[in-house]
Amino acid sequence: MPMVLQHSFFMAQRWMRALLRQPAWIVVTLVQPVMWLLLFGALFKSIVQLPGFGADNYADFLTPGIVAMTALFSAGWAGMGMLQDYERGILDRFLVTPSTRIALLAGPLVQQSLVTIVQSLIIIGLGLAVAGASFPGGVPGAVVTIVAAILLGMAIGALSNALALVVRKEETVIATVTSLSLPLSFLSGTFMDLNLAPAWIADVAKFNPLQWAVVAGREALTSADPDWGVVFSRLGLLALLLVACFTVATRAFRAYQRAA
Amino acid sequence: MNAAIEAEGLIKTYPGDVRALDGVSFRVPAGGIFGLLGPNGAGKSTTVKILTTLARADAGTARVAGIDVARDPVAVRRAIGVVGQKNAVDGEATGRENLVLQGRLYGLTGAALRTRVDDLLARFSLADAADRFVKGWSGGMQRRLDVALGLVARPQVLFLDEPTTGLDPEVRVAMWEEISTLAREEGLTILLTTHYLEEADQLASQLAIVDRGKIVAEGSPEQLKAELQGDRISIELDGDGHGAVHDALARVDGVREVALEGRLLRARADQGARAVPAVLAALESEGVPVAAVSVARASLDDVYLRHTGRTFESADEGSGPSSEAEAATAGSR
Repeated sequence: MPMVLQHSFFMAQRWMRALLRQPAWIVVTLVQPVMWLLLFGALFKSIVQLPGFGADNYADFLTPGIVAMTALFSAGWAGMGMLQDYERGILDRFLVTPSTRIALLAGPLVQQSLVTIVQSLIIIGLGLAVAGASFPGGVPGAVVTIVAAILLGMAIGALSNALALVVRKEETVIATVTSLSLPLSFLSGTFMDLNLAPAWIADVAKFNPLQWAVVAGREALTSADPDWGVVFSRLGLLALLLVACFTVATRAFRAYQRAA
Repeated sequence: MNAAIEAEGLIKTYPGDVRALDGVSFRVPAGGIFGLLGPNGAGKSTTVKILTTLARADAGTARVAGIDVARDPVAVRRAIGVVGQKNAVDGEATGRENLVLQGRLYGLTGAALRTRVDDLLARFSLADAADRFVKGWSGGMQRRLDVALGLVARPQVLFLDEPTTGLDPEVRVAMWEEISTLAREEGLTILLTTHYLEEADQLASQLAIVDRGKIVAEGSPEQLKAELQGDRISIELDGDGHGAVHDALARVDGVREVALEGRLLRARADQGARAVPAVLAALESEGVPVAAVSVARASLDDVYLRHTGRTFESADEGSGPSSEAEAATAGSR
């Protein structure tokens, strides 16, 4: 096994172990998505009756959006873990070992992806069992929804790590994440059919990675006969984004080293 | 015998035109403990960052274990162990898990890894706590684990950046013993940075004094002290001194290197005790009351004063309030 994979695995193992030792964390991160899905979903249940709304069942419509949004939100915080390692000196300790920088980044991102899988399964399960969704896309649709969420989460997580490495201040990371996540959500079709939204929002949403994940997941999960062209084009965009963000993050390591 | 570390003309400037290193050159022979002594902010940590590949110098070259740090940083990383200023241990993991992960990053596996980890745990008296979470350990235990982490891959050169800062005095002495034993038994070269004069005096077989980004003196502690002939006379004035006091003292026969800092007057004399009456007479003729006089053999503090023109204590205090307590300890010798 190439060294970079081995080291990524060791790092992911470290992050997973830390996470599993505080299981309360996973419950906390689920509170918000469950509220969006169950409370917001119930409150806006009748929205599908608006003339021109492209779905009959709001739970079907909303669930893939909440899966993607949850991945985005938790990925935004990824840099906080890196900052904690930086402040304790652990980051520097790893940087003077022969370990590759890629593994230092990939470790937490792999852990985050595993968390995304668990969260997504719970959200999809609740959508089905409690919110009244039917998901005609079945298992392949669920797989696409989760893959889209993982790609989005890893890309944003890499960016968050890059930001943390460059600014090295918790306050800046917190401010950036909180000021970006909700606008990104409202500038997408997560909650609302964009055909009924102002044209400028629909235009902006075309460039919003969250929207790419929402469109891919929704198409695959809520259509009995999905348009796979739509699905794979969005997954492709997300994959490109991930490559770009990961490149930025590895460069951030170099910037960190220059500033050291 | 090759040098373990060779630094040549290292320059490093941080944003805002802060020149941390202004041409640092020194040579560390293989084996033994080399001390890099200087007040806070002198450039010790920046030097260590460059030598350990964490930072790049703007100019100059450095070789560690014969390898150029800028050209082949990965090979340097394989040859060194680094123990930073903070306890860089993962509190959410056990001591054993910390060591196992560190060993794996150097390519250790299987039985070799297990044996090495067990040996280190035993060596640093951590075996009993090995499987408990490190966040519950005492500061001294965490520090020992930190040193053990630096040793996992049997480095040729071990960097210890301020290894005893923040430790209780008893723990510090135990750590000194630990470090001496390491250098003796493992046959590795240790580069130690410190702003404790006593630590450098106790541990280092060779040392370099760093001040304002430059090496101002190099040699064994004994050599450096021997360069200062004679004794040190310290006079505490009863009130702040002024230029005339300085001049009056400089006129006394056999007294040289007079330095005045606030109410503390320092000078050197071949026969310290014999010079005291004349010194006191000179001060009295200036009408300056004296609170205390002491005569002592040369110390590293004097070496520092000689090469930088100020006392170690005042240089260290000038670097920030957090270091005051430590500087007081360092300067009280």
